[in-house]
Formats: sequence, C-alpha cells, structure tokens
Amino acid sequence: MVKKAFLGYKWTFLVLLLVALFVINLSIGSVAIPPKEILRALFGMTTDNHIWKNIVLDFRLTKALTALLTGAALGLGGLQMQTLFRNPLAGPDVLGLSAGASLAVSLVFMAGTAGLQILPSSWSIALAASLGSGLVLMLVLAVASRVKDNTSLLIVGLMLGAATASLVSILQFASRAEEQQYFLIWTFGSLGGLDMGEITIMLLALLIGITLSVLNIKALNAWQLGDSYARSLGVNPTRARLMMIITASLLAGVVTAFCGPIAFVGLAVPHLMKLWIKAADHRQLVPSVVLGGASLMLLCDILAQLAGNSFILPINAITALIGAPVVIWIIVSGRKIYV
Amino acid sequence: MSEVVLAFDQLTIGYPHSKSPKILFEHISPVLKAGELVCFMGPNGIGKSTLLKTMAGLMPALSKQQPVLDPQKIAIVLTDRVHAMHLTVRSLIAYGRYPYVNWKADLSSKDNEAIDHALTLMHLEALADKEINNLSDGQLQMVMIARALVQDTPVILLDEPTAHLDLNNRLEVTNILRKLAREKNKAILVSTHELDLALQTADILWLADDKKLLTGIPEDLVLDGSLDRIFQFKGFDLKTGKVFHEVYRKQKIKLLGEGHIYLWTKNALERCGYEVGLEGDIELKAFDHTWEIENTQVSKLQDLLKKLN
Repeated sequence: MVKKAFLGYKWTFLVLLLVALFVINLSIGSVAIPPKEILRALFGMTTDNHIWKNIVLDFRLTKALTALLTGAALGLGGLQMQTLFRNPLAGPDVLGLSAGASLAVSLVFMAGTAGLQILPSSWSIALAASLGSGLVLMLVLAVASRVKDNTSLLIVGLMLGAATASLVSILQFASRAEEQQYFLIWTFGSLGGLDMGEITIMLLALLIGITLSVLNIKALNAWQLGDSYARSLGVNPTRARLMMIITASLLAGVVTAFCGPIAFVGLAVPHLMKLWIKAADHRQLVPSVVLGGASLMLLCDILAQLAGNSFILPINAITALIGAPVVIWIIVSGRKIYV
Repeated sequence: MSEVVLAFDQLTIGYPHSKSPKILFEHISPVLKAGELVCFMGPNGIGKSTLLKTMAGLMPALSKQQPVLDPQKIAIVLTDRVHAMHLTVRSLIAYGRYPYVNWKADLSSKDNEAIDHALTLMHLEALADKEINNLSDGQLQMVMIARALVQDTPVILLDEPTAHLDLNNRLEVTNILRKLAREKNKAILVSTHELDLALQTADILWLADDKKLLTGIPEDLVLDGSLDRIFQFKGFDLKTGKVFHEVYRKQKIKLLGEGHIYLWTKNALERCGYEVGLEGDIELKAFDHTWEIENTQVSKLQDLLKKLN
C-alpha cells in the first residue's frame, strides 16, 4: 500500500506540474495582463481592456494548447521509437523523421506554387508530413535490421536525415524568395500562429496515437524482450511493428507539419519520465510521456518568452539546450542505459 | 510409450540465401515426448539455436511443413540477454502470462499464483522486486527460465540455459528441468555444452552430426563411440568419464584404501603423473584423514605428494 501511495504522489506531481506550467504559460508575454483578467478572459467574461481578451484567447491560449499537444505528441512518438528500436537514442528528429516530414511538406508547397491544383490545406500537409515521416522510419528500420549497435543506427539516422534535408534545400533553392523566408522561419520551429483547425488536427492525431498505443500495450511490453520472445508470447510482430510505425510517424509528422522540426523533445521525454516513475510497463510509460512531454514543451515555451519581453526565442534553441545534455548523458553512461 | 508432443518429419533448416541456401540440418525428424528431458549437443556454430528457433516456430523452416503443435504451446529460453530499464524480475516473469491475459494485460489471481509458484521453484523470491539490469547473468538466466515456466506449455526449449551459471546453479537448473519433465509431464529440450550433466541427466541425447541428428540414450551413444567421433575429445576419457592423465613419473604406486578417500587420493596421484594400481613400487595406505607411506604418517595429501617427490 505504501508503494501505491508513493506512485500516486508521482502521478499527482505530473498532473499538477502540467496545470501549473499551463497557467504560467498563459500569464506571461510581452503584454502584462493581471492574472484575474486572464481567468475572466478564459471563462468568456469581459475584461477591463478588451484587447486583453483577444490576446489571451487568440494568441496565448492557442500557443499554450499547441505547446501542450506538441510536447505530448513528441513524447509519445519518442517512446514508441525507443521501444521499437530498443534503442535509447531513437527519437523523431534523431532518426530523420522530422526531415522526412519537412521534405513532404516542402513538396506540397512546391506543388502548390508549380500551379498544381493541390491546395495546401492543413489536412493535406498533415497527411503528407506523416507519410514523409513514415517512409523515412521504414527506411531506417530496414537498415536497423542489419546494424545492431546504437551508434551505427544513430549515424544511419543522421545520414538519412542529412540526405533528406539536402533534398529540401535543393527544393528551396528552386523556390521564390518569400517561400524561402517562410521555410527558414519554419525550420526554427514555432508554436505560434496555428488556427483552431490545425490544433484540432493535432488533437486528433494525438488521440489516435494514444489509442493505438493502448491497443498495442501488450506488444510494446513484450517487445522489450526482443522479437523472438515477443513472438513466442503470442505477439504478431508484423502487426505490432506496423502499429508502432504508424503511431510514431503520425505524431512526428503532424507536429513537424504545423510547428516545424522540433528537436530533442521526443528523445528526452521518455528518459526523463523513466527517471521519474521508474517503470518499464507501457501502461505507465504511455500516460507519463504524454503528461511529461506536454509539461516540457510548455516549460520550453515559457523559457523562450522569458529571454526578452519584446521578442521570442526560436523554440528549437531552447529544446536543444534541454535535450542535448540528455543525449550526452546517455552516451557517457554508456551500456548502463537501456530503453 | 510416452505421448509424442512435438514431431517433425524430414525437416530441413538453415538460412535461405537466394543463390545458395545455407543448410544446417537436412531431412531430420526430431521428436519430443511428454515427460522426457532431451539434451542436444554439438560443436559451436552447427545450428543448435537455429533448430530450436525453427522448432518453436520463430523462424521458417527451409522444408515446407507445419509443426504439429501450435507455436504458442512452446516456451523458449534463448541466449539473448534482455535489457530494459526498470523492468523488475516479477514483471518480466509476468510477461510469460501474456498468452493468457486480456489486451490490458491484467493479471488474474491464477496468473499471480503461477508467477509466485515459478518464483518459489527457481528460488527467486528474494529477487522478485529487483530490476533485471542489477542481476548477474546467472540470476537473469534463472529469471528467464521462470518466465518460460509460467507460460505453462507442454513443450519447453532452452538454448544453453546453464551457460552463465556456476556449478551449483547448473545442477539446480538441471534438477528442476528433470523434475518438471517427470512430475509435470513436460517435453523439455536443452541445448548444452555440459557433457557431464548431459550424460548424467538426459533421458535422450541428440547429437548434431554433419546436418543429421543422432539420437539415443546417452549410454548407448557413449558405448558405440558416436560421442567420441563427434567431439574428438582431446584428453578426456569418455568411457571412464574422466580427464585423461598422462603418466610421466616412473614410480608405480600400490594404493590401499576404500570409499571416497581412495578415489580422491587416486585422483591426486594421477593428476601428478603417477600410475596407480593394485601392484606397485611404493605401497600407500589411505585411512580416514591419514595416509601411511613407508612407515610415516601424514595428515594432508599435499604433504604426501611432497614426500613422494
């Protein structure tokens, strides 16, 4: 019973942290708004200054929701990939999924400017990005079956990412100046400027991702023992692998489509959560990375805004500051860290 | 006759390379019967693990045929080391119940009983809440065997289960497997390099011999020279079950005594290159903890050997 209460306290902390960070995220920004007015705006009441209501609802709330969904999606995507590869260094950005999504997104944009009649709607961008992620993931997976050790897989992922990114650069080179600028900003990663339609798509993708993870829970756990053991425990490896690929590429793809290639969050969140809840069971890991990922992204966004009142740092600059030490820690601690 | 639980006919296994498939075993017909412990021996790289995996349905056979048994009726213990952060012994063993639990992996009281039983049987109660990354190789091996036990299958295949264990645990594991075969009527196949254990515990021995399987009871395979031929022992006398000692000293010793004192004294003398027999140049009497040689008594074998030198 003591153990249960202890676990309970860990979960309560995760939920409270998320709520606290969400509130802090809403309350900071270049315009100072009193907390009471923020609450009034959130509950649809009139505020002293009616611009405050617009700022809170149209700008801050959408951005906070985006951060929350992005972090949750990337955390879950990262967990799926680390379990799939049984490799602590796997993550959407590390293994080139973000690059694959970028390529797909830029192709959709280019097709638009080339006069093709595919209107780059939110849905088509999200779908294209997910397919792009999925293709790169399957490519990495094919190579991973030949190379067994962590470092080789990491290098293969980086190379595939680099090759994909260079295709993106070639496309950019052939595009118009205003598109280039849009693209450059997009690669910095941004949580702002999403409309409610895009947020809905992200929420939908996250819900699908969570559902697939829950349906695949036995396979995810058994996967930790290796393909052979998983199979002898009644797991259909082809189906399980496919579900992990779909989940990871959908989540990484949609986030990359709307917010740009956000680095390190997908890699770092599963490790931070395993440190915190000390569990190997995906029935605990899945909810914890969703909660923890959302919190980490909200925190990153807060830090990005704290840097200065008048401007916001690119979100990738902050996530790398948090994520890079995690990667170094994994490599330095060497064989002791496993998925 | 005991019941056949797993049988293959004209099985060919190996790796399908498009140009020239690598064939490890060809047209073999292995059979496992309920209540029998089979030890599978053969030199490294001959394809023991591949045969086990193919029999368990984890790898396709080169010959087109279906195993008689549903693959989920077979539990397997492989040589792959399992790594997972924060995975406890108990949770790992619980994975063995996955063929029986619902999609949420909820454990019933029956599942928990099976897990407790396996923990007790493998003497793992004290380790139940430990993380597997903190276990020794030997302890982890016991956990993996416990995991196979809770799967509650009529067939258990184990790939070198005693490889990382010390002598005590090796005997323990072998005894448990024998007990399971006898009492729970399971068919158990163990690939192993431990010739002594295999000879003393196996009901049936399988020997890998040039893409074929030689099968029989251990004693027959010893006496017809199959074991000698396959392993080409260097300095091991299979008929006596002992390491062959070269006689490099001139003196022959006449040893008198009985029981295990006699045996160990003989062992020490032979190890040091003396020929020991009923006739000899030097007479040596072995009593309980004293040895008499040329009318002097010593209380340690070490002193005796010094005297002989």
